[in-house]
Amino acid sequence: MAAVRVEAVLAAAEEQEAEKRRSIAVEKELELEYDLGNLLAVDRNPPPAAALRGAGPRREALLRALARDNTQLLVSRLWELPAERAGGAGGPLVAQLPEPAFRLPREKPPPKPRPPTRWEQFARLKGIRRKKKTSLVWDEQAKEWRRRWGYRRAGGDPSRAWLAEVPAGADPEEDQFARLRREKRERVARNELNRLRNLARAHRAGSAVPAAPLHPTGHQDRDELRRVARVARVSTASLGRFQPRLPKESAEPPSRSGGKKRRFEPLLGNLAAERSRQLDLLRDMGSKKPVLDITRAVNKQLRQEEAEAAAANKGKKQSKRGKRGRRQQRPGRSGKKSGARRQPQQQKPAGTGRRKKA
Amino acid sequence: MRPLTEVETRAVFEKLGKYIGENIQLLVDRPDGTYCFRLHRDRVYYLSEKLLKLAASVPRESLVASGTCFGKFTKSQKFRLSITALDFLAPYAKYKVWVKPGSEQSFLYGNHVLKSGLGRITENTAQYQGVVVYSMADVPLVSAWAPPGLREGYETGELPHVLFIPQGFGVAAKSTQECRKVDPLAIVVFHQADVGEYVRNEDTLT
Repeated sequence: MAAVRVEAVLAAAEEQEAEKRRSIAVEKELELEYDLGNLLAVDRNPPPAAALRGAGPRREALLRALARDNTQLLVSRLWELPAERAGGAGGPLVAQLPEPAFRLPREKPPPKPRPPTRWEQFARLKGIRRKKKTSLVWDEQAKEWRRRWGYRRAGGDPSRAWLAEVPAGADPEEDQFARLRREKRERVARNELNRLRNLARAHRAGSAVPAAPLHPTGHQDRDELRRVARVARVSTASLGRFQPRLPKESAEPPSRSGGKKRRFEPLLGNLAAERSRQLDLLRDMGSKKPVLDITRAVNKQLRQEEAEAAAANKGKKQSKRGKRGRRQQRPGRSGKKSGARRQPQQQKPAGTGRRKKA
Repeated sequence: MRPLTEVETRAVFEKLGKYIGENIQLLVDRPDGTYCFRLHRDRVYYLSEKLLKLAASVPRESLVASGTCFGKFTKSQKFRLSITALDFLAPYAKYKVWVKPGSEQSFLYGNHVLKSGLGRITENTAQYQGVVVYSMADVPLVSAWAPPGLREGYETGELPHVLFIPQGFGVAAKSTQECRKVDPLAIVVFHQADVGEYVRNEDTLT
């Protein structure tokens, strides 16, 4: 028993060793393509298509084996890289990855170019180009190269200037130092204002919705068509003020403030025009009444039925239906609408018939 | 105060049309002067041009009312006709309902009109048609309910008198045909407004 067990243990150990060795060496037809900078390995071997078809445990096992093999190859390549111990002798072993070869696509969309500022537009118009300025200027007084502006600038510290000449046409009582300070403040404020304006312009231009294609494509939805119609209406020389409305377009002109402020007619405007407008509105409202008045038809039907009931009672006594009885019955049976339509033609003969009987 | 927009005008005319039909033209286009509708604080007023010019000189916050209030627009922009418009609806009403003296009191307290209280009703009244409610008092009176345009032209005593006094208006719950067949305790006219509101809603009427 002991011998068998020892043999079994040895056999198991040997199998494990063989397994380990087997696991490191992976046989592939085509070599993998490695991009160690991105930790990327690309396997171009065609997989056994038959095994991959259909979901199932076999497919899962095959995929897992494939992943394991490829990862093993990648890791063996990583182990071949030059490595060093980070943080002294006891630290972890760090491999130095080469530069990544594979260019990953952008995560976010590229930034839109900002619109040119007012100065940039002017400069482009005039053809003014930037003069390259040196950062250091020779200061004659200090006999050395000093900055153009900033700490220890070339012209001396402006806050320490002890002389401010009164210019030729200026008021002699005016405080020149105060004037200089004020002008500097104004310059700074103007610059800041212009910077903010440029920023606002860029921001506004960035958030403007790009115009939808204005030609009809055949599969535009109703809102898009409405928007396009509005653009088309405003694209005239007088900005759509004298443009006739489309049949189903709303009568109110689009407000310039984008619907934020409502505008009403003046209180004491042209009263005659207002009256005529209201009369037109009344006429339109009156003309839309349906031709067939349902309630009138229903009432007529009710009266007809009452008359029939009365005639039937009398008919039972006289037991005579005849042609007239049948003619009375037919319009009643064919329903309300046609009954209402046929009434004016057939009511009279039936009525006279009844009267004769009565 | 401002004129009504087209949407608002349509709502008002539709409501008025339920009671007076195409006679709204007589309100809009009058031979004796230019009258117009104006909106002030969600209430619709009907006033003459002369009055409008006077009211225009009053600041908006101080102006309470001008002309006759026809009704108001609710918060959800629905138009409700008020009792103060009765003057102008009664002479032009197309469908009228006469209420017996016994249940006239009940109507003036705000209740609906039952079949038992119904005296007369205009022929061919459709269901849910707007109607003006009259009382059936037998006393012929010299009434002030002449059509508004004609009042100035008459001397006292020569006013055309109407036998029946308008008490309010409502909506017919049943058509005339059905009214004949229905049982006595069924509602035939839904109450919309009555002259008793002048006392009940004294504070809020304008």
